[in-house]
Amino acid sequence: MKDKILLAHGSGGKLAHELVERSFVKAFDNPLLAKLDDSAVFDFSGRLAFTTDSYVVSPIFFPGGDIGKLAVCGTVNDLAMSGAKPLYLSLSFIIEEGLPQSELSEIVVSVQKAAQEAGVEIVTGDTKVVHRGSADKLFVNTAGVGMISEGVDISGGNARPGDKVLLSGTIGDHGIAVLSQREGLSFSTQLESDCAPLWSLVAEMLSASPNIHCLRDPTRGGLATSLNELAKQSKVSIRIEEEKIPVREEVLAACEMLGFDPLYVANEGKLVAIVPDEDVDKILKAMRENRDGKDAVIIGEVRAEHPGRVVMKTCLGASRIVDMLAGDLLPRIC
Amino acid sequence: MKFISEFRRPELAEGLISQIHRESKTPVRFMEFCGGHTVTIFRYGIRQVLPPTIDMVSGPGCPICVTANVDLDKAIALSQISDVIVATFGDMLKVPGSRSSLQEVKADGADVHMVYSTMDALRIAEDNPAKSVVFLGIGFETTAPTIAASILQAGEKGIRNYYVLSLHKLCPPVLRAILDSGEVKLHGLICPGHVSTIIGSHPWEFIARDYGIPCVVSGFEPLDILQCVDMLVAQVENNESRVEIAYRRGVRPEGNQQALKLMERVFEPCSAEWRGIGEVPDSGLRLRKEYQHFDAELAFDIEPGPTYEPVGCICGDILRGVKTPADCQLFGKACTPEHPVGPCMVSSEGSCSAYYLYGGGF
Amino acid sequence: MCLAIPALIRFIEDKEAEAEIGGITRRISLWLTPEAKVGDYVLLHTGYAIDILGQEEAEETLSLLEEIARLAEEKG
Repeated sequence: MKDKILLAHGSGGKLAHELVERSFVKAFDNPLLAKLDDSAVFDFSGRLAFTTDSYVVSPIFFPGGDIGKLAVCGTVNDLAMSGAKPLYLSLSFIIEEGLPQSELSEIVVSVQKAAQEAGVEIVTGDTKVVHRGSADKLFVNTAGVGMISEGVDISGGNARPGDKVLLSGTIGDHGIAVLSQREGLSFSTQLESDCAPLWSLVAEMLSASPNIHCLRDPTRGGLATSLNELAKQSKVSIRIEEEKIPVREEVLAACEMLGFDPLYVANEGKLVAIVPDEDVDKILKAMRENRDGKDAVIIGEVRAEHPGRVVMKTCLGASRIVDMLAGDLLPRIC
Repeated sequence: MKFISEFRRPELAEGLISQIHRESKTPVRFMEFCGGHTVTIFRYGIRQVLPPTIDMVSGPGCPICVTANVDLDKAIALSQISDVIVATFGDMLKVPGSRSSLQEVKADGADVHMVYSTMDALRIAEDNPAKSVVFLGIGFETTAPTIAASILQAGEKGIRNYYVLSLHKLCPPVLRAILDSGEVKLHGLICPGHVSTIIGSHPWEFIARDYGIPCVVSGFEPLDILQCVDMLVAQVENNESRVEIAYRRGVRPEGNQQALKLMERVFEPCSAEWRGIGEVPDSGLRLRKEYQHFDAELAFDIEPGPTYEPVGCICGDILRGVKTPADCQLFGKACTPEHPVGPCMVSSEGSCSAYYLYGGGF
Repeated sequence: MCLAIPALIRFIEDKEAEAEIGGITRRISLWLTPEAKVGDYVLLHTGYAIDILGQEEAEETLSLLEEIARLAEEKG
């Protein structure tokens, strides 16, 4: 049974140490982790951002990524959305007994690659193994710290009437890519998850202008949910135009087939930015020069009336409300 | 996307809207029967662009919304029988029955699988020979032929553990019941598109002939609805009442003969209970004698328990077009998409859901 | 009700087909449309083709709508 993860691998004994040293420390190769102390210790001065997220995506391997890449990018992006340069991550695995070692190794390689691309180090972690049936193959938690430069103040409550709303690229790619693998819904597509670390994009936007008011990455719940959150936090309304929102043909097709609205489908490599009108052109230019913002567009603006509401101008020129996602996205026949 | 993008072109919408405003002089009330049309109307804001002479009301064409509580309770009861897998379209998962919903019993451990197609349900049956797979047969005439096909396929492949709980409903009889009740005065009907793909346009003729109401069969893109309204206005202003097909690319007057043949081979009409409307003769489908071994009602001892209707819920009135969601005391308060009381709020094409999500009064 | 979307038939095997919708592909059933051919666009509902789309009729409808738009512009 050498090729499967056993309960013993999580119990702190020899097998557990072997796993940590042979797989994790070797892969993540940095002085802080190599110490293998109970905590990673480092010096710091300045404003820190601190975030955590747990990842339970199923299946754990999907077109364009896996749970490991997602766990790094998701937390790195949460830091980036506060304008924080990501520095260190913690990494915790909860493994269902019986998970093939080869799959865990593949995930670890993925984590390492994503961390390298994002410029972060994995400095501390934990491994637990649970009985079969107590976890869906693998759950991952990452927490991250990052550093915010002087003069940067990005928060969901900062949007002001007159601001413009920017979107970094096409919506719905991740959600549909993952859905294409689900039992009972299978369809084939070249579509891949857009999972990507966004700090380099945010850094370039901040270089163009530090006056970014809000940043949000529209993950679960999609663009619609993020815009609603921002509208409520800032007590403003957001008005967007349907025609301006970029959607890939495959995403549109899958949404049409299953009865979804792309506005509610998850993204893992996109951001929404709310910026003052006078800075929008230079920020947009900076976005389009970055790999993760090449399709960036202005999708709308912030208004004072009807605070908390998101309104969309449809292709007919009429207006309709865009609410938050209620419950799960379920495919429908009607 | 071919056949979709062309029918969303804004410049063509402008032309239609302009023509409707010019031609519509008589105040009228049009009903869209079909839930899919309700979604298009709300999603694109079509009510906003129509002139004040046109009042729109939604009908009961949402097969989820009109499924009686007792039938939902049967589905839930089936999921509690050991070695039964309930396979269902996604639409049904959240609808509240008398005590619970399929989503809730699934969370409690019941074997409920969501599927996109009966093809997937048949595969589940083949992969689980020791279990019985019961497919929840909901939907109108668009969907019934696909369930009929799945039963014939199960027969061909010798699949003995596949069953159907037939909750299918037929549209023309319920339209007659609504018109007979005289509760809602209509001057035009937007006829269902994909139901008509199967049954053709002839079954709607009784509406124009016996009730003098203009009928136009519409597609599901915004331009389709606008074109349909334009054609209804033309009939009204010319004092005509006949059945026309606007959705010519998807509907022929004679319908899909092969689909009708399969449906008629496997099913026969029976009386059916429509939530909010009551029992309507010949408006449901049950499996014919030769196919009774696929009938879940006969194969299993279903004990749905006592039926309760939610207090204060006026889904029935809304389904008949007599009241709007704004008239409901529970709307937006006790009844929201996250905590639905009645089916009109759960189903993505229920009136209440459309009103709530897209801002009906907006 | 009755969500059905246009799908292009790429390949037929017995009573099933590979269909493409805007870049995604899926296996579908032709039980209700046995006369469908490769190259046809069909209306796909819950995995079954329920009808063959009339390309000519679609073009005629669009021409009609274009004419209405032209008239509307003339009338200002």
